[in-house]
Amino acid sequence: MKLYVPCDASALATGANKIALAIASEAAKRGVTVQIIRNGSRGMYWLEPLVEIATPEGRIGFGPMTLADVPGLFENAAAHPKAVGLVEKIPFFAKQQRLTFARCGVIDPLDLQDYQAHGGYVGLANAIKAGAAATCAQVKESGLRGRGGAGFPTGIKWETVRTAQADQKYIVCNADEGDSGTFADRMIMEGDPFSLVEGMTIAAIATGATKGYIYLRSEYPHAIRTMNKSIALAEKAGFLGDNVMGSGQAFHLEVFVGAGAYVCGEETALLDSLEGKRGQVRAKPPIPALVGLYGKPTIVNNTISLATIPVIMEKGAKHYADFGMGRSRGTMPVQIAGNVKHGGLFEVAFGITLGEIVNDIAGGTASGKPVRAVQAGGPLGAYFPPHLFDTPYDYEAFTKRDGLIGHGGLVIFDESVDMAKMARFAMEFCAHESCGKCTPCRIGSTRGMEVMDNIIAGHEPEKNLALVKDLCETMKFGSLCALGGFTPYPVMSAITHFPEDFQKPAIPLAAE
Amino acid sequence: MTRDWNPEAADAIVAAHLQLEGPLLPILHAIQEEFGYISEDAMRLIANRLNITRAEVYGVVSFYHDYRQQPSGRHVLKLCRAEACQSMGGEANAAKLLERLGVDWGGTTADGRLTVEPIYCLGLCACAPSAMLDDEVHGRLDADSLEALAMEAV
Ligand SMILES: NC(=O)c1ccc[n+]([C@@H]2O[C@H](COP(=O)([O-])OP(=O)(O)OC[C@H]3O[C@@H](n4cnc5c(N)ncnc54)[C@H](O)[C@@H]3O)[C@@H](O)[C@H]2O)c1
Ligand SMILES: Cc1cc2nc3c(=O)[nH]c(=O)nc-3n(C[C@H](O)[C@H](O)[C@H](O)COP(=O)(O)O)c2cc1C
Ligand code: SF4
Ligand code: FES
Repeated sequence: MKLYVPCDASALATGANKIALAIASEAAKRGVTVQIIRNGSRGMYWLEPLVEIATPEGRIGFGPMTLADVPGLFENAAAHPKAVGLVEKIPFFAKQQRLTFARCGVIDPLDLQDYQAHGGYVGLANAIKAGAAATCAQVKESGLRGRGGAGFPTGIKWETVRTAQADQKYIVCNADEGDSGTFADRMIMEGDPFSLVEGMTIAAIATGATKGYIYLRSEYPHAIRTMNKSIALAEKAGFLGDNVMGSGQAFHLEVFVGAGAYVCGEETALLDSLEGKRGQVRAKPPIPALVGLYGKPTIVNNTISLATIPVIMEKGAKHYADFGMGRSRGTMPVQIAGNVKHGGLFEVAFGITLGEIVNDIAGGTASGKPVRAVQAGGPLGAYFPPHLFDTPYDYEAFTKRDGLIGHGGLVIFDESVDMAKMARFAMEFCAHESCGKCTPCRIGSTRGMEVMDNIIAGHEPEKNLALVKDLCETMKFGSLCALGGFTPYPVMSAITHFPEDFQKPAIPLAAE
Repeated sequence: MTRDWNPEAADAIVAAHLQLEGPLLPILHAIQEEFGYISEDAMRLIANRLNITRAEVYGVVSFYHDYRQQPSGRHVLKLCRAEACQSMGGEANAAKLLERLGVDWGGTTADGRLTVEPIYCLGLCACAPSAMLDDEVHGRLDADSLEALAMEAV
């Protein structure tokens, strides 16, 4: 009997290790031989821990599993109370277009042969054959844009690094993933780490870089372990090291663990942090592509941007670019989180509307109450009310509605949410994480918190609202980076779309 | 379990990282792992070995949320306070727990058993609210299961 029990952190957080142990002991008790594979997650988190059993028809699933559900796996499986049928036929899964996440949840994350059996390292072989210039051209042609949030064309960034003259170049993966509501980086690192290793190696071949770092947040201990193991395995197999896959080029890769600072996801702060300094933002230009780590030309790309490279180089730029709409090509791993019935990772071509994702795919809230707001794009992203749910998932369409796609996170709130409190939190978060380099961000966010407190207490709401709007203008235009510069998005969208929450009756002062 | 300050052991940790390009953060992580926090002694020793000033080391230690300048309790419980966990009632659960333990954010119980710290997203946002007890992650917590978790660490 062959079973799959995920080792993804969300599966572990809901008890997957206990389930795996219980399966092993139940099998021993019954004298059944079992093979338990610790796969990544399929991304259907409401079903975790999701156990799968391999059958001739395909893998059938059971979830969310509890210890009491384990013995039943060895009996009439079809009648099991947690049976969900063929996993790949579950609508949430079947409706996706999985390119970046094609292997995630399917294979054993640390089995290099399994990785290769599913198309792994074909992309690198193709890149080596094509050479640096043609590889950069392919990436450009694919239309891939930075999945960290800013959406800058990846191929153009690579070309800049390729044509820069230097004795040393670096590839840096931004795996700092600080945004609330996002977990795509974590999921791919835990579920298909070789795709990131391969993507970074292709970047090295495409630019002549010989050294790479994965800047990985310390909040992800499981991803850190998996990435370290996968790097060691790739080295042993000759996919990393002094002579990558016989290309004659060296590429050495290391994990660098962050230290709990959201701002270190900003690329220049990240580079300073890698150099062992305080993670303070540097003014751009110069851009890291020209003056990056230790002053050398450096690719800084998000985990998902890099992990998407192998499939582009395996199946061709056109195959990737054929998905999507307008200038948003390919697919986006949308991460659906918060107060949601079916939360998880949904990889889909650009163009689907926000409403389709929230209502049809995710099934609305977990509480069963109506959806009131969706924050798109992390703590620096706007709150969308249901009347804007016709917005298509597309960089430009979101910008037009004063929002952003960011790293692809959606956090759903039901009607119990107090939007004035969420606006206050946005200011508080900015104050907590500010690197302190510029005044609008450092002082403005603290001041913003105080003013929001007054609004929440019902003190002179008109006057204080005008003050908040003023502060937002100052932060938006006077901040050096998007932490201070984008905090106005959640604040202003809350004020604009949910004005009733900012007009509270004054809390009477306590009776003397 | 962390151990008491020991300059030889600290020296060995620093030495093991000297071949790295940017050794300071990895050294601080390893020192904290070993001794539980970054003491004044540790900062001086690191500064000395890396040939930088103590102020530079302090600047880095104080910048990052991860580094502690005081010992923590025997266990550390990190509760997520970010948006997705808020949407599922995480704040109310946390408030209840802090009251029950008689500590504020960042505080340690009187018996030195547990330190409760805020954290902003563990990437478990589809299984909110979530928490991390030492190195172990927990999701879909409610007030009761959170309290049970906090009480089980001895
Ligand atoms: N993933 C997360 O957890 C997270 C957290 C916070 C913010 N964000 C996102 O970060 C974004 C802002 O990022 P940013 O400030 O780095 O944006 P940016 O527009 O300054 O830069 C985007 C990328 O393009 C590169 N670039 C720009 N011009 C270039 C050129 N001419 N040639 C080559 N490369 C060039 C930059 O170096 C950078 O890598 C926001 O949109 C937000 O969504 C993501
Ligand atoms: C405050 C702040 C935090 C950021 N955090 C991240 C992050 O965690 N991960 C990420 O990939 N990009 C983050 N970014 C964006 C990076 O600066 C940069 O644009 C990105 O890593 C480039 O990679 P990409 O082109 O592949 O998206 C952040 C930006 C800001 C301003
Ligand atoms: S906006 Fe804030 S985080 Fe960004 S550079 Fe200025 S102070 Fe630092
Ligand atoms: S918001 Fe709490 S785990 Fe992401």
